Amino acid sequence: MKNINSNTLNISSLNHWYGSGEMRRHVLQSVSMEISPGEVVLLTGPSGCGKTTLLTLIGALRKVQDGEIKVFGKQLFGASRKTRQNLRKNIGMIFQGHNLLRCLTAEQNVQMGADLLTGFSYKARRAQSREWLRAVGLEDHLSKLPHDLSGGQKQRVAIARALAARPKLLLADEPTSALDSSTGREIVDLLKKLALEQSCSVLMVTHDPRILDVADRLLRMEDGQILPSV
Amino acid sequence: MEPRNFFSKRKIPLAWLLLTRQPLRILVAIAGIAFAGILMFMQLGFRDGLFDASVTVHKLFDADLVLISPRSKSSISMSGFPRRRLVQAMAHKDVTGTTAVNWNFLLWRNPENLSTRSILALGFEPSKPLLIDSNFERKAKTLKNKGRVLFDDLSRDEFGPISSWFKSGRVVETEVAGKRVRVSGIVSLGPSFGADGNLITSSETYLELSPGIPKGSIEIGLVRLEKGSDIEKVVRSLNISLPSDVKVMSLKSFIDFEKNYWKSSTSIGFIFTLGAAMGFIVGCVIVYQILYSDVSDHLPEYATLMAMGYNLRSLLGVVAREGFILSIMGYIPAYISGQALYALVRSSTKLPVEMSFSRASIIFCLILFMCMGSALAAMKKLADADPAEIF
Repeated sequence: MKNINSNTLNISSLNHWYGSGEMRRHVLQSVSMEISPGEVVLLTGPSGCGKTTLLTLIGALRKVQDGEIKVFGKQLFGASRKTRQNLRKNIGMIFQGHNLLRCLTAEQNVQMGADLLTGFSYKARRAQSREWLRAVGLEDHLSKLPHDLSGGQKQRVAIARALAARPKLLLADEPTSALDSSTGREIVDLLKKLALEQSCSVLMVTHDPRILDVADRLLRMEDGQILPSV
Repeated sequence: MEPRNFFSKRKIPLAWLLLTRQPLRILVAIAGIAFAGILMFMQLGFRDGLFDASVTVHKLFDADLVLISPRSKSSISMSGFPRRRLVQAMAHKDVTGTTAVNWNFLLWRNPENLSTRSILALGFEPSKPLLIDSNFERKAKTLKNKGRVLFDDLSRDEFGPISSWFKSGRVVETEVAGKRVRVSGIVSLGPSFGADGNLITSSETYLELSPGIPKGSIEIGLVRLEKGSDIEKVVRSLNISLPSDVKVMSLKSFIDFEKNYWKSSTSIGFIFTLGAAMGFIVGCVIVYQILYSDVSDHLPEYATLMAMGYNLRSLLGVVAREGFILSIMGYIPAYISGQALYALVRSSTKLPVEMSFSRASIIFCLILFMCMGSALAAMKKLADADPAEIF
């Protein structure tokens, strides 16, 4: 028997609307899904079908309007701002654009992630940041600013930054969309490998058909609904 | 335990890096804050310097009490009172000595280019004490000869190169109020608002230079008391015993009386305080602009940090630290330029404009307030950082 509370993520009959009155749009229609620890789930679907909205709801960046989301067993429906904020520290995020801090070097950007951990000295967090950059193959670019890095390198830094906070769930929104196909492949493989080493679950939204095979499970979304798996 | 705790709290100095990685922006910010600071230093320095300058001579008087006419409003409009009042004051048991001082403006002719200019002339009995200056008594002796004056070498240059001529051994003769005088010594008093320069002479010479004044009329009476006497008590008893054509006050209230005139009866205080306020407002606008555009430019980055789990408070802290760093970085050049400009003002106007600790700290507080207030206003923009929008 499977214990529901040990799941990384449980969603049941989640609804979400944008706008109000006549313009109100039902973007998520009773979505239900779950992710178990260490699982890599890919979410695909045409643009505008609600994938990103789902991601921001799971990432505790938006208030849940209706339905249940439990991340690490914590209910997000009706959760206070502070609860959501604390929860975010355990959720890593990788964005479509790398969203690195322009004024920080690669190493410092990763350390912004590591700084979220408590109980480590500055030196230890710094050492961890270097370790992560080595893991993504950027040990020679520690003190470069994002400006001087290529797109693939920036996305690697973003992965290192997300993982440096030791999340238990990693949300990635089309992490390969700005990259060429071989770099995209590399990045996804790297992401999967490192996430598995940390036993971190991954939910990745993607359009990219070339990377679908990294998934343990594939979900398709259309018009705010998750289609029954094929 | 403590140091470990510190290192576990230490984070990337984001505020510092945000500022220093944009050298142009921080330069503009520092220039703006420094400009505002310099403006405040100058305006408040002028204001205090002018007030201090109005009492440079007053402070040097060798007296415990001062007698003036109740009609006297300030050093530029002194009225006379009968010299007898000083003799009457001598009757008080605590009074040890008095000096009668004439005080008025006379025309001095610059011996180099022959132009004339109004100078403050003090006349007194050379055998009596006038100034607290150990060298003064020796110089005062030279005034026993008729037609001799002591010239203030801190007077403005327009009176002529008197002290340099005198020091080179030259006989310096010129006209005061149309009569020939010879400079027999140099003193250091300092110009004020009302007076561009000062000269000291004997009562005898003074009367000759200004024949119009009634005999026995003086403008200031200096009174010295027995050591340890209760000044306020003597002031009260003299005010009762002397006729109402004279007012007795302590030297300190005489100084305050003069300062007060310039503070309350002229627009100087208002003008310079307003000038300083303008500097403050200009500084606020500049810092606010800098911090606001800094927050706007980095809004997606702030949103990213929020998405990563940084709370709003820690981001507000970043903006506040930026404000703090700017205030320090702007204050230092303002302070240094302030010192340099004060030196320039001292040498060109001879006003006693000094960098006082209280003014330096007031302006630091103002700059800090300016930067933190602007940071606070710029923080409002942070509320626009919506982490849900960056996906």
